[in-house]
Amino acid sequence: MAPFLVLVFMLAACGGSSDSSGTAPAGGTTLVTLDGSSTVFPISEAVAEEFQKVNKDINVTVGISGTGGGFQKFCRGEIHISDASRPISATEVEACAKAGIEFIELPVAYDGIAIAVNPKAEWADKITVAELKKLFAPEAQGQVKKWNQVRASWPDKEIHLFGAGVDSGTYDYFTEAIMGKAKASRGDFTSSEDDNVLVQGISNDELALGFLPFAYYEENAARLKLVPVDDEKADNGAGPILASPESIKTGTYQPLSRPVFIYVSRKAADRPDVQRFVEFYLKNAETLVREVNYVGLGPEIYGMVTDRFTKRHTGSVFSGQNTVGVTIDQLLSKERAQ
Amino acid sequence: MRKHADAIFEFVSLGALLVALAALAALVFDIVSDGAGRFSVQFLTNIASRNAEQAGVYHALMGSIWVIALTGALALPIGVAAAIYLEEYGSRSRTARFIELNISNLAAVPSIIYGLLGLGLFVRLMGMGQSVMAGAATLALLALPVVIMSTREALRTVPSSIREGSYALGATKWQTIWNQVLPMALPGVLTGLILALSRAIGETAPLITIGALTYIPFAPDGVWSKFTVLPIQVFNWVSRPQPEFKANAAAGILVLMVLLLSMNAIAIVVRDRQQGRGRI
Repeated sequence: MAPFLVLVFMLAACGGSSDSSGTAPAGGTTLVTLDGSSTVFPISEAVAEEFQKVNKDINVTVGISGTGGGFQKFCRGEIHISDASRPISATEVEACAKAGIEFIELPVAYDGIAIAVNPKAEWADKITVAELKKLFAPEAQGQVKKWNQVRASWPDKEIHLFGAGVDSGTYDYFTEAIMGKAKASRGDFTSSEDDNVLVQGISNDELALGFLPFAYYEENAARLKLVPVDDEKADNGAGPILASPESIKTGTYQPLSRPVFIYVSRKAADRPDVQRFVEFYLKNAETLVREVNYVGLGPEIYGMVTDRFTKRHTGSVFSGQNTVGVTIDQLLSKERAQ
Repeated sequence: MRKHADAIFEFVSLGALLVALAALAALVFDIVSDGAGRFSVQFLTNIASRNAEQAGVYHALMGSIWVIALTGALALPIGVAAAIYLEEYGSRSRTARFIELNISNLAAVPSIIYGLLGLGLFVRLMGMGQSVMAGAATLALLALPVVIMSTREALRTVPSSIREGSYALGATKWQTIWNQVLPMALPGVLTGLILALSRAIGETAPLITIGALTYIPFAPDGVWSKFTVLPIQVFNWVSRPQPEFKANAAAGILVLMVLLLSMNAIAIVVRDRQQGRGRI
């Protein structure tokens, strides 16, 4: 024990801090560091894994500290790339500017939120945004307790609500899209940070209705029934629309789908390893994104996004605005306007 | 009547013990039945992957071993030294009593608070970055109160006749502590250390806070290396939509359990050997 202790303390004493922006000391390999949203994590992990197979000399690490936590580290120059399930906020832009960190904003995929019920709830054939609002609004707490309070033709039975945990990006986005204000909702529904709990809950309860990430619905499609959502606007597909990769991609499944991003530090983008990784990311996103149950942007948009990276367009076109209702078309024209 | 009460009390106590054991057995059975199928050499040598069948725990297992070894190495000398001061030198002073009170309170602080402290102090202020060192230092803080308290208990069990005998032979206070008291207290000290490290090895929250990673394609190669640990990997697998990752999570828990048990086994062996020596 004693020699080991001495060794440890010697190491501790002489080690000093390694470069916080993350160059690995080990023989010739360099390190590309990502951190941020847990929603974007599966995509970045898949890309990192594939990238690693062909680039043995570059190591990639991905952390999960949430979109906000990721931006905090990003604006301190501690990581190269930030995973984000929402656009960078005005305060974060300011923090980055203060630290002299410029960034390149790159949308990488679409993420949808599914409204699901138990397969035995045959009456739930569609739901409108207004009805969702009525169900989940803060005023509904303790008041709206039965199916027929939402729609008269629904049964006079209790309704059991399930939803993603209040610390999740899914909850933030759902409340923003339905209530128009992030984090505004009733508190008396079963919420869980672990979406598998929601799947379990809804699939065992005939009177359940819940919202959860589309990826979770897809993996458990046999145990859940998807409810089409009608936003009562004709211009993006009239009537109730079923969540599917197609409807999310074409922007007809609104307002419950949104783009997710990676933000690359402008300075890091000049490093050959980071550059190679980001190029690989965008080139392989379409296939890898689908593999982890998200929806790709399509070759045309990925081309635009790659272009944006090649030209090193810094700044955000999404910042400060709501991503609710942003469709591929709008994304495209925003890219063109650059 | 008194005999009856006695029998009833024994019965109730046994019942309480069985409830605890049954809960543990159910837990172990559940984990083994879920994870045994995924448990293989490959699972131990592969790293994280989005394909459940190819995913393994090598990086996280090595990370956990690094972090826990370093945590022990940091917490043991500091904890023992602090306990020696409190018990042998300053036990009657007011400051010592104040410190003592604080240490007992520290043991009850939620672990995420230590994570925040670690992030501010070790990661940023001391510039350790998101390294094994920063993680171990944070967990060492978490482990310290338990190590200090159990060491003090152990020091207290050393009979004063030993100390007096040592003084009578002309030994100084330091010689007495180092040569007589500490060796006799060692089994108790090690037990405390095992308890503290067993808690630390299962911690997720403070390590996520200081920035331990989730996807990392290599095992740590030094105390300044970035890292991840088993509980974080398990947490990540549990929160995946694909059911196959459930089996991975269970197998990951098995690995963590085996690691914990072998750690305890080593400590018990060491303790028993020391105990034998102490009873000359």
